[in-house]
Amino acid sequence: MNNNLRIIKFIIIDIIKNKWLTTYTLFLLILTSVIILFSNDSNKAIISLTNVVLILIPLITVTFTSMHYYNSKEFIQMLLTQPIERKSVFIAEFSSLSISLTMAFLIGVILPLIFNGFSILILYMIISGTMLSLIFCAFSILISISFDEKIKGVGVSIFLWLFFSVIYDGIVLYIYFAFNSYPLENIVLFLTALNPVDISRILILLKLEISSLMGYTGANLQNILGNKTGLLLSLSVLVIWALTPFIIALKKFNKKNF
Amino acid sequence: MKISRLIFFLPIFIFFNFSNLVSRDILVGSNREYKDIKSAIENSVNGDRIIIDDGIYQTNGIIIDKEITVSGLNSAIIDAQNISEAITIKSSNVTIQGITIKNIPVGFMKDYAGIRIENSKKVTIKQCRFVNNFFAVYLSNSDSSNVISNVITGNASSESFSGNGIHLWKCNTINIDNNYISGHRDGIYLEFAINSVITGNYSEKNLRYGLHFMFSEGNSYRKNIFRGNGAGVAVMYTKRVEMTENIFEDNWGPSSYGLLLKDISKSRIYNNMFRKNTTGIYSEGTTYTIIENNIFSSNGWAIKILGNCNYDTIINNDFLSNTFDISTNSHLNDNYYDSNFWDRYNGYDLDRNLIGDVPYRPTSLFSTLVVKSPEAILLVRSFLVELFDLTEKIMPSVIPESLTDNHPSMVMKNKKDYIQYD
Repeated sequence: MNNNLRIIKFIIIDIIKNKWLTTYTLFLLILTSVIILFSNDSNKAIISLTNVVLILIPLITVTFTSMHYYNSKEFIQMLLTQPIERKSVFIAEFSSLSISLTMAFLIGVILPLIFNGFSILILYMIISGTMLSLIFCAFSILISISFDEKIKGVGVSIFLWLFFSVIYDGIVLYIYFAFNSYPLENIVLFLTALNPVDISRILILLKLEISSLMGYTGANLQNILGNKTGLLLSLSVLVIWALTPFIIALKKFNKKNF
Repeated sequence: MKISRLIFFLPIFIFFNFSNLVSRDILVGSNREYKDIKSAIENSVNGDRIIIDDGIYQTNGIIIDKEITVSGLNSAIIDAQNISEAITIKSSNVTIQGITIKNIPVGFMKDYAGIRIENSKKVTIKQCRFVNNFFAVYLSNSDSSNVISNVITGNASSESFSGNGIHLWKCNTINIDNNYISGHRDGIYLEFAINSVITGNYSEKNLRYGLHFMFSEGNSYRKNIFRGNGAGVAVMYTKRVEMTENIFEDNWGPSSYGLLLKDISKSRIYNNMFRKNTTGIYSEGTTYTIIENNIFSSNGWAIKILGNCNYDTIINNDFLSNTFDISTNSHLNDNYYDSNFWDRYNGYDLDRNLIGDVPYRPTSLFSTLVVKSPEAILLVRSFLVELFDLTEKIMPSVIPESLTDNHPSMVMKNKKDYIQYD
């Protein structure tokens, strides 16, 4: 355990020295502050920030994680020659990456929001932002372990981001219109809830734009996701999304022939 | 001699006493001349004033067929004990003031009302309280009457077991001013009522509509507040309605509207505030109607206007923070949009005349999709949908091409302080 912490500390210092993380944090900080300062309507600011959280954060997480993995591949190999368990090396790499990315998100987006006034929405932002960072970090490490070539790994990671933020919604929309004559509310709701980006969006929007989401589907949605059980349900979907790639990646890492 | 003279004059005395006084006060109360209201009314003549002391009067079926005034002191309560109607007015020139009427039964064969006004003129109901009634004030076939400053609260739980707060049927020139109505089926209901004015009422938390118009021409309603009603305000099958300076607020729900217009023509909707409704205005079969100087703020849909609306004019309105500004189900557009302020407008104004140089399209592809299939709302504000909307804005193929505001304003048109009511 002591070893673990020492490696985590070392990798985090390495990440901070890298300057990319600082740039990322500063970028988020400036973007959020500008959005808050220049929109006179706080609801609108939150909507713009939702887009930042849902699109920008996964994208940067994905690229940063895979780049970092490939860049520190030699260092990892060096570590593995030492009498340290593979598991500890993997956990150290994952947790240091996710801790630093989550910290960047919290400082960059949540801090200015809290200075602007606290509301329950910020809690939802924290949940979805943190979980999205973890999920995409885990996925990206899994992909990086699976592909030895850097270009391939980064490409597949970015495709994954594209899939969850754009293509998946397109498929859902297509399914909806192709089977329009069948009662699909619950199926579409289920499909949407399977996508971590969509479920985070719906979680925030349910708190934000309740009026437009009403209507039959909205009422249905409100019943299922709008209360505490709904929050727990969606949180567990997000946790499953983070755990699955993490476990698979851990297994792959244990068996991988470097 | 003296006694016989007295006997001779006595009837004359009595006659003069009774008829010469313009108005006589008849007191009703536990230690007054009359113990109950019915006998007081029986012994009154036109022009009398019946004053009711504080107390609870357990009575029902009071019929007023004389031109009298009935007024209560501080807390005169008529409790109909869920048996029948409290007061029925069958005479003109009647005033009822300051009494509380409660516990009118729910009826399936008869519309029991707290105060029913039948075939009368110039009746005034003012400063009364109505608690837990089926119908509170029911005017049928009556003219030139006033319903002013009443507080009407019901505890309706389902639409079929509840009546309306103020109900007008076949009436002419009725004033409904400054009433508070909540917990009924419809707050105010007008059917075949013409030339009536509805001002300054506060209608909230009614099961169905805050205000419901059917077949009622030439009415106007102004400065009312409709908040948190089951389905908002409905104006149906009516011509020439004036709707000005009202506030439509917090009407949320699957089939809830700030204002529902169905088969309306030649009406004017001016200076209203629509805030936090699922749909600000839902318009179906509306023609020759002007929607001007309104503020639409934080609604799901600001205006849903169906394809069968023609020749409507939508100008000088402010659209702020709505999820959808205008949505329609048609490829064509027969309505005129001009000089509105749209908070989503991102055009420019090179000549600085405060009018945007690029036309604005207030509908989006996604809003059209959602009208066709409401479940698609799940994808609201997703990246994909924003991409779709962007491409559609540049090259419209699904949204009606002529639905444009050619002179979008760069600044808000209406600066109206939002009034806060407790």
